[in-house]
Amino acid sequence: MIKAPVNKIIPSSVVDGPGNRTAIFFQSCNFNCRYCHNPETINMCINCGACVETCPVGALSFKDGKVVWDDKKCCRCDTCIKTCQNNASPKIKYMSAEEIWEQIEGNIPFIRGITVSGGECTLQADVVRELFAIAKKHGLTALLDSNGSYDFKNHPELLEVSDGVMLDVKADNEERHQWLTGHSIDIVLENLEYLASIDKLEEIRTVCIPGSLENEKTITIVGDILKPYLEKKDIRYKLIKYRHFGVRQQYRDFKEPTEEYMNELKALAQQKGFRNIVII
Amino acid sequence: MKKYQREIEKIMNDRQLTYWQRTDALAKYAENLLDYPKGTPEEFYILQDSREINDLGEGHGPKCPRYILPDYEKFIKEGSQFLRLDPPKTLLEAVNSLLIFYHNAHSIDRFPVYLGRLDILLEQFVVKEEYEKAKEIIRWFLISIDRTMSDSFVQANLGPEETVTGNIILELRPELQNITPNMSLRYDPEVTPDEFAKKALNSALKCANPAFALDSFYRERVGENYGIASCYNGLLEGGGAFTLTRLRLGTISEHCENSRDFFENRLPLCIDTQLKFMDAKIRNVVENRAFFDSDWMVKEGFVHADRFVGLFGMVGLCECVNNLMKKDGKEGRMGHDKEADQLGVKILETIDKAVSEHYCPYSYNHHFVMHAQVGADDDEGNSAGTRIAYGDEPELYEHLKNCGLYHHFFPSGVGDIFPFDETAFRNLDALLDIFKGGFKVGVKYMSTYLGSGDLIRVTGYLMKRSEVEKLKKGEVVANDSVVLVVDKTPARHMTEKKVRSFND
Repeated sequence: MIKAPVNKIIPSSVVDGPGNRTAIFFQSCNFNCRYCHNPETINMCINCGACVETCPVGALSFKDGKVVWDDKKCCRCDTCIKTCQNNASPKIKYMSAEEIWEQIEGNIPFIRGITVSGGECTLQADVVRELFAIAKKHGLTALLDSNGSYDFKNHPELLEVSDGVMLDVKADNEERHQWLTGHSIDIVLENLEYLASIDKLEEIRTVCIPGSLENEKTITIVGDILKPYLEKKDIRYKLIKYRHFGVRQQYRDFKEPTEEYMNELKALAQQKGFRNIVII
Repeated sequence: MKKYQREIEKIMNDRQLTYWQRTDALAKYAENLLDYPKGTPEEFYILQDSREINDLGEGHGPKCPRYILPDYEKFIKEGSQFLRLDPPKTLLEAVNSLLIFYHNAHSIDRFPVYLGRLDILLEQFVVKEEYEKAKEIIRWFLISIDRTMSDSFVQANLGPEETVTGNIILELRPELQNITPNMSLRYDPEVTPDEFAKKALNSALKCANPAFALDSFYRERVGENYGIASCYNGLLEGGGAFTLTRLRLGTISEHCENSRDFFENRLPLCIDTQLKFMDAKIRNVVENRAFFDSDWMVKEGFVHADRFVGLFGMVGLCECVNNLMKKDGKEGRMGHDKEADQLGVKILETIDKAVSEHYCPYSYNHHFVMHAQVGADDDEGNSAGTRIAYGDEPELYEHLKNCGLYHHFFPSGVGDIFPFDETAFRNLDALLDIFKGGFKVGVKYMSTYLGSGDLIRVTGYLMKRSEVEKLKKGEVVANDSVVLVVDKTPARHMTEKKVRSFND
């Protein structure tokens, strides 16, 4: 049975798609964004044991050379996360699709769907596919929250069980995308168009940082690519204010945008044909 | 005599009460110089002293029924001879006619506990007016209600259909930030459009009104012409409730050795005593008091004696369960343990059986109806109705499922409150999903408000934090219920209710 590393499951999320949803956060990401506000989800634990030393309640220990986490002893103080120099977390559970489903099933009357996020959820495509198939059988909608690095076009089986993708478009060109994420932008922009063309683009998300990212250009490029599709379908654009909260110390000199600046970006998105724009 | 005179002087000289609040206190004092009605069982006095049964400050022999729900549709159609009013023809005439009716109506206290289904009553007139004009008239209608009926137990209803009137009211309420009237949306997921329901939730977050009542449940269990009055009491329009007396289940459990003693001895004694006490009270109000013979609302057919019930109330299920579990040597608590939850069900089944087997000639259908009361003075050791003790609530979905175990026992009134923080505004669809889910798992009545707002729900009625602060400083405030809350409600009810966040 295939298992995937789960960082956490939030029974009730209002920011991960329409309505009330259960959100599943997988561990590990193939991007390393400077502004990442949960950097402890980026890498897998390398079992260095630094957190075993600092845990105040003895919830972490070594077993066969691996760091083991005791959920019951854990007091959720996050000392381990602060200790980790590797952008990882020892508080991970490897779970199969069925095991994840057991945690979701009881939420059914209260949620209209589930959203997988991360980390980067598509790195766990096999488990996600199985999980979505179960969710669909129970009448829930299933959404992916992705950084756009997955080759959706050549792996259609994942989208067959998904209702859509909430896609990050983080920058406007290759240089800035590489600088910000350490990854190429090409596949992201290809996915942007492809997902729109097959009506699986649920939402676009751009984190806005004045001065450091050319947010206006990003919005313009997204608008240009989506122009033919926006006329047919109202695609939501979520403009996310950069916030210092959770960001690694060395990247905290980014500037937080003002309300006014965000409204200017919203007006630009409107000009580019977006009707449903959310600032958070 | 000197003793009585001293008490009367004390009330008349109370600087913290308005003129009307002093007048009411004098009337209540006079009434309580009477004996309890004939037929009151001896055990009642013992169980009242031990705080196991409580008459909710109704007084020894009330002048009239406790809750009265006049038939306002009849009034709008026919007018009133007593009030010298013809049927209204315009919105202005309709709202003024209603205000005149409200002024002359009453419940056990001087204010009416039910103002009718405002959208149904006004829609025919609203649609004939220009929208802005209609809104202006309704704005002043709502302001008049709040300033002249300063009591949080005054209740109006909306829905389940979307109406122009309903929309206007839901737009005005957050803006006006008034306590009165308490309001329920009669919600039917099949009939009430989602957009309208979300507008109601937006209003609720901003001003704690309206609450949501599951329309199908009240239609089936109370009757097609039900109204939600006072806190959340489902009663018949054109009728109401004679009386509400309560078992304090938490306190009763303190007097028991274990759950066996509770089920075999103490609970049956308390139920039997409360039933007999209610019989005596109802007989008194029907046979001796003037109301059903001479009140203008009765004479003109706005209320009918045969549409009134007795409300068999209770509080403190949670403490009762937790105490009995402990006395049986078990660890579980209600809301956190299956066995504890099932013990709660068994307690309610036991009471329900005894109540439904009791025959009362005057009560509608000859039976009393169960009521999970929201709590009142001197309730220490007893949480509201069937609610889990504040601060001990489980995770949201579990909490809602827990409500679902108990709500169906109480057609005449039950409910729980789920305050949210600002994250709820981000996605009203999500909040509506949670409400819909709640109704699917058996919740019958639920409300919300913004945990950080000024308007909050204290057990079942509304309160402004700012007014409570004023009264604590010794200033006079118009709202009777603020006086009630400061004097008598444990402070924990205002502060410790678990505020839900979507960031959890």
